[in-house]
Amino acid sequence: MQASIHTSLRSGSLRGLAFKAAHSKHTVASAAKTSVIRDIHEKLSSKQCSSVEITQHYLDAISKTDATICSFITVDADQALAQARAVDAHIASQGTEGLHVLAGVPLAIKDNICTQGTRTTAGSQILRDYVPTFDATAVSKLRATGAVFLGKTNMDEFGMGSSTENSSYQPTRNPWDPERVPGGSSGGSAAAVAARECAAALGSDTGGSIRQPAHFCGIVGLKPTYGRVSRYGLISYASSLDVIGPMAHTVEDAALLLNAMGGGDAHDATSSGQPPVDFAAGLLPVESLQGGSRPLAGRRIGLVVETLGEGVAPEIEGAIRAAARHLESLGAVVEEVSLPTFGLGLPAYYVLALSEASSNLSRYDGVRYGARAPGAADLPSMFSRSRGDGLGGEVKRRILMGTYALSAGYYDAYYKRAQQVRTLVQQEMTAALSSYDALLTPTAPSPAYRLGEKSADPLAMYKGDLMTVNVNLAGLPAIVLPAGYMAAAGAAAAPEGGPQLPIGMQLIGRAFDEAGLLRLAHVYEQTAALPALAAPLAAA
Amino acid sequence: MHSSAWAAGAPATTRCSALLQPLPHSLAPKPFTAISKGHGRSPARQLSAATSSWTCAAATSAAASSTLRGSEQSPFLRPLAPSATLTPASSGPRVICRSAATAAPPAQATAPAGSEVEYEAVIGIECHVQLLTRTKAFCGCPSEFGSEPNSNVCPVCLGHPGTLPVLNSEMVTLAVRAGLALGSDIARVSKFDRKQYFYPDLPKGYQISQYDEPICSGGRLEVEVDGQLKSFGIIRAHLEEDAGKIVYAGADRLSGADYSLVDFNRAGVPLLEIVSAPDMRSGRDAAAYGEELRRVLRTCGVTDGNMAEGSMRVDVNVSVRPRGSPVFGTRVEIKNMNSFSNMQKAIDFEIERQVSLNRAGRGSEIVQETRLWDEIKLVTNTMRKKEGLADYRYFPEPDLPPLTVSEEFIQGVKSSMPELPAAKRARYLSLGLSRGDVAVLTDETATSDLLDAVLALGAPVKPAANWIQGDIMAYCKESKIGMDALAISPSALAEMIGLIEDGTISGKIAKEVLPDLLQGKGNKGVRAHIEKRGLLMISDEAAIGAMVDKILEANQKQLQEFRSGKTKLQGYFEGQVMKESKGRVNPGLMKEILMRKLQGE
Repeated sequence: MQASIHTSLRSGSLRGLAFKAAHSKHTVASAAKTSVIRDIHEKLSSKQCSSVEITQHYLDAISKTDATICSFITVDADQALAQARAVDAHIASQGTEGLHVLAGVPLAIKDNICTQGTRTTAGSQILRDYVPTFDATAVSKLRATGAVFLGKTNMDEFGMGSSTENSSYQPTRNPWDPERVPGGSSGGSAAAVAARECAAALGSDTGGSIRQPAHFCGIVGLKPTYGRVSRYGLISYASSLDVIGPMAHTVEDAALLLNAMGGGDAHDATSSGQPPVDFAAGLLPVESLQGGSRPLAGRRIGLVVETLGEGVAPEIEGAIRAAARHLESLGAVVEEVSLPTFGLGLPAYYVLALSEASSNLSRYDGVRYGARAPGAADLPSMFSRSRGDGLGGEVKRRILMGTYALSAGYYDAYYKRAQQVRTLVQQEMTAALSSYDALLTPTAPSPAYRLGEKSADPLAMYKGDLMTVNVNLAGLPAIVLPAGYMAAAGAAAAPEGGPQLPIGMQLIGRAFDEAGLLRLAHVYEQTAALPALAAPLAAA
Repeated sequence: MHSSAWAAGAPATTRCSALLQPLPHSLAPKPFTAISKGHGRSPARQLSAATSSWTCAAATSAAASSTLRGSEQSPFLRPLAPSATLTPASSGPRVICRSAATAAPPAQATAPAGSEVEYEAVIGIECHVQLLTRTKAFCGCPSEFGSEPNSNVCPVCLGHPGTLPVLNSEMVTLAVRAGLALGSDIARVSKFDRKQYFYPDLPKGYQISQYDEPICSGGRLEVEVDGQLKSFGIIRAHLEEDAGKIVYAGADRLSGADYSLVDFNRAGVPLLEIVSAPDMRSGRDAAAYGEELRRVLRTCGVTDGNMAEGSMRVDVNVSVRPRGSPVFGTRVEIKNMNSFSNMQKAIDFEIERQVSLNRAGRGSEIVQETRLWDEIKLVTNTMRKKEGLADYRYFPEPDLPPLTVSEEFIQGVKSSMPELPAAKRARYLSLGLSRGDVAVLTDETATSDLLDAVLALGAPVKPAANWIQGDIMAYCKESKIGMDALAISPSALAEMIGLIEDGTISGKIAKEVLPDLLQGKGNKGVRAHIEKRGLLMISDEAAIGAMVDKILEANQKQLQEFRSGKTKLQGYFEGQVMKESKGRVNPGLMKEILMRKLQGE
């Protein structure tokens, strides 16, 4: 395959052309945002490319760029090519009719999602040799579609971090600026998508781990409603908050992935029996978004005032307010809304997440699997040395804090109180969403920061999660998508048109209304006048 | 019943090897300073090995497990003070006593030394029963006993990363059944919690249990103790999962072992822990409670109650106080009793020990501790003294939604409840059976099932009861089989009893053919079988007359003596005729004919 799929897609496909036509009224020089997954599907369906060619293209991209970016912990080229060959064999024998839209689509999977036969470390040394005997339900559903798994992406150890610097393997670099972090904990998946090392990726989100890296890396990240996607096979950080979700180039890509992954699961008692929805089919046709149309007429969007103002980069606030004006121009009513409990979420989140984490991580004891420290003379030292050697500093910090919060005498003051706060936050957000179709906020107070900038100050790092954690406490769906770019701070010396950093906006929807949320995000994505920027380090 | 429709079925599981690596040599709990330091002995495991009657591996493991798994202590039984349990990390009390409404202050209920003071014992029992489900509590692995080590395992019960528990609905049905049988309140909503500690046999580093919202609360068990009806309270019953078991290599216990292996077949097997009120006052009370509890639960199909295999394990708490004192004495926990008779002996020993110490003015030597019953020496010994508090850091299990049980579900279970032992006993008494007979006949469900089946076919009560608790029970005991393993059909037994009643066979013949019948040889017709063996009763007058003639002919001397007044020789002649007929002659008819002929008629 000579040309990049991304490039050829954007310039060549019929959909792209139609889209551009539809867009000219709203946008000046923006690039068409067309689904990478659909494009691959068309290339396979038209037999323009084989699945092996497409897979090899991405493997090549990884080998070219990943030495710098370090998105992957494990690249499983043999398996990916075997899956691709199977898709080609299927096409050869069965034809392309009925070919699943995800068949042959090369995906990256966050390394805390179990993949049968492929090492799954959760970013931790204690699982450095752990090869699951089973697929996570989300993975097995994707495997059944014929999707191709390129490998496992880097992450903060067990999801504990917001920069991917807490990976016990390596930090991942932001494809927009290798001096900066990609966000976290799904930083590897976000960077892999932004660097075009994969068509799309799976991430997981406990307090913003899909959305904040999507913001840092300029991609789309969807945190589904808690229970929409089975957690079976997702290595638990905080069970009541964790959710698997898609990270992709476009809203439609995210919708296509959610279509395949969602649904109740007999292996996960917390998964929901909500009936399956075709989220991609629910997106408005691009043709209908032509100039003058007001596709969002009747929609009400609340701009959460607690997420704006002091402490938020002015460029970010500007981008969010510009996005609000754009949504208004499409017919929506945007109003400022105040959620007084918003600020209470962060401490409650950290108490609950860490309490659950302290329990969930007890299983890494060196007895059944994972690393065991050699030479222990007795049982307690086997436990403490295996865990002491195998777990990283931030993980230990969080286990200790969680253990403390659950201890006798402290339970009521911490865990129980945090649960009460959680209920308040949930009630307030649900109430707001009864008046508004969606809530609009920034994703984080700042764009991607430099490596090491916050790693010495855990509290500063935790504060960056302020705008995302409440969504997890309330179990709601939220999507982050690009809303603009800003000059990198401290890059004043850079020449004009120098380093740009993406800004993502967050839209929060009603429980199990991913369809409405994706529709809204899609309208914005397809009509916003964003410059056609690609991450400088992205593969060609 | 489950709030999530998706939790209905346990997951199909991929079997995977446990990747077992030998554990380091010493499992000794020394560094667990918080719980029990300084005790060189390693309690549970020594115990199982030291108990010589547990010869087979299975029994040993089961017993070890009972000590290992320790106990969930009710706040009621263990007011504020901690309690000792066995494993370092798994041990200890519920110190986060968030619902300790019933807690009483700890107190030393010692009286002044002196032999006049009369003491009474206060005994409470915690009983873990393994629920008779086909699969484990939270995964689809078989729940059976005795499989190859680590053959009934999957990623879920091995606690692999990313796996999640899904509640087995069968387990809930059985818990509700137990609760109904014990007169408990069934919680419409209860929840699961995590009890956290580190041990190699605990795959997830926590046990899924129910802490402050158990499925069953309250209840009562009516027990007849030596002819006196007593009522013992139940505080609660909650669901939880079992742990695996540790196997020592190079020795049969920790001491001397080269390394240890863990068998996770039992990990995740569903348990119901039933906590009694401290209502028992003697070893006999406690044994009667345990026996009746077992009987009730077996009748309901809740558990097989097999103590040797560890499917029923009891821990008892014993304290003594001056009779009438409102406060409890220092409580001692006893473990390692593998039968109710051992439990009774252990409790009586412990009561005597505590009373003697009090009488000797050494009441302060009674300390809160866990003691083990030594069934060889018939004493209890200190296993471990309480030195610190264990904190299990209970918190609600986030992987499982609250367990909701609908009224409809409870009604469904209620309608499928079998007759409980107490009701059965009342029914049998009303049939005219003696208290002693009733006790024997209702001890095992299989016994009363056979009796009921035979009675339903119209057999008279007393002969049926006598045959079942007499010859048939003896046969079972001798053959070491349960009454439900007999091949005989109830109709065959009913027919046999009928044949005796109508004089077709004598009781003696019945005894003779019974082993055949019990093996099912008469199931196609008892009469035909007896006929085939030539054992039918001879009631033909001519044939009997001929036999009598023959005997009189051969005993002329005795005949003369009879006729000259020595009438007590009648018995001699009867015996001769019976012998001649090989026992088959109809006795009444024979006596009548003999008398006529003796009198020369």
